[in-house]
Amino acid sequence: MNVYPYLVAVFLLVIGAFGIARSHNLIHAVGCLSVAQAGTYVLLLAVGYQHGAGAPVFGSPASTPTRNVSDPFVQAMALTDVVVSATVTALLLALSVQIGKRHGTVDPDELSALQG
Amino acid sequence: MTRGLRLLLFAGGAAATVVLLVFGVLGLPHFGSSFHPYRDHAVPAAVSHKTANVVSSINFDLRGLDTFGEETILLASVVGAAVLLRPAEDEDEKRPLSGGRILDSTRLVGYLLLPVTLLIGLDTVLHGALTPGGGFQGGVVLGTGIHLLYVAGSYQALERARPEDLFEYGEALGTGAFACVGIAGLLAGAGFLGNLLPQGAFGSLLSSGSVLLLSAAVGVEVASGVVVLLARFLDQALRVGKDTPR
Repeated sequence: MNVYPYLVAVFLLVIGAFGIARSHNLIHAVGCLSVAQAGTYVLLLAVGYQHGAGAPVFGSPASTPTRNVSDPFVQAMALTDVVVSATVTALLLALSVQIGKRHGTVDPDELSALQG
Repeated sequence: MTRGLRLLLFAGGAAATVVLLVFGVLGLPHFGSSFHPYRDHAVPAAVSHKTANVVSSINFDLRGLDTFGEETILLASVVGAAVLLRPAEDEDEKRPLSGGRILDSTRLVGYLLLPVTLLIGLDTVLHGALTPGGGFQGGVVLGTGIHLLYVAGSYQALERARPEDLFEYGEALGTGAFACVGIAGLLAGAGFLGNLLPQGAFGSLLSSGSVLLLSAAVGVEVASGVVVLLARFLDQALRVGKDTPR
């Protein structure tokens, strides 16, 4: 039980990468990339978790600050991660739209030829 | 490369990665343990800057430079996607919209929730230093909330309500404002993105100094970015089409 959440993160990363490797469709591959990235969220949040600790927000009106909270640093990193992931996903989908228009297919296996 | 070979190569690489990662996580402090050195430093630092939400304090104060880097990634992605999704030479943006029918109940709920959603978005941005939330989260709520107009009304209503130019400027303005707050810190001798504004009382609305300003700047940028991105994608789906031969 002590390492179970970490192993979930490893699983998500590998299963996402596997999805990309066997993908027949660029949109599907972008979805798989998001799954792989979700592994990093799980890892970050699992690292920061502490049994019985509250959220690192002392509220309004303020409650007394205590150090007995889950790690805010990894939460901030997970937030950063989510935002970057969302925008990069948008960029990749935009690329897929253009590839679909230019080549008439979004199957990576059929996109082997270079075009000038 | 054939498919079988690719999957074989992947299996080898994945097996090695899994072994390394599993050995790595076995060496981590146990899940749920009380060993959090970063937290032990970040919480007192946030409290000394009168910021009740420690996560916001890290994002917009303690590690503001990281967030600035991330902001520029966001800007670059939005610009990249917007450029990629321009109509091509043989396309135009005038495809007529095929009218759909919207249920009255959808319309009612959509129009009722539109102001509520926008208000929640603003609240999330402005209370970023106090309660869970901040510029990123609130920005996404604001940027997507406006699309209730499309769900409940029509695409034309959405197009009228969100002049795209305005949001493109908003995107630049948000990033620019973030940089300006950073440079102001530099000029005042506190270092780039140094928190030098009066920090108020712990837990009050105007506490935390520059965290509030930076959160608002990020809120503007994220909301504009989401609107621009969705506008480009929706245009691709609804408006852009091949030139009709005349």
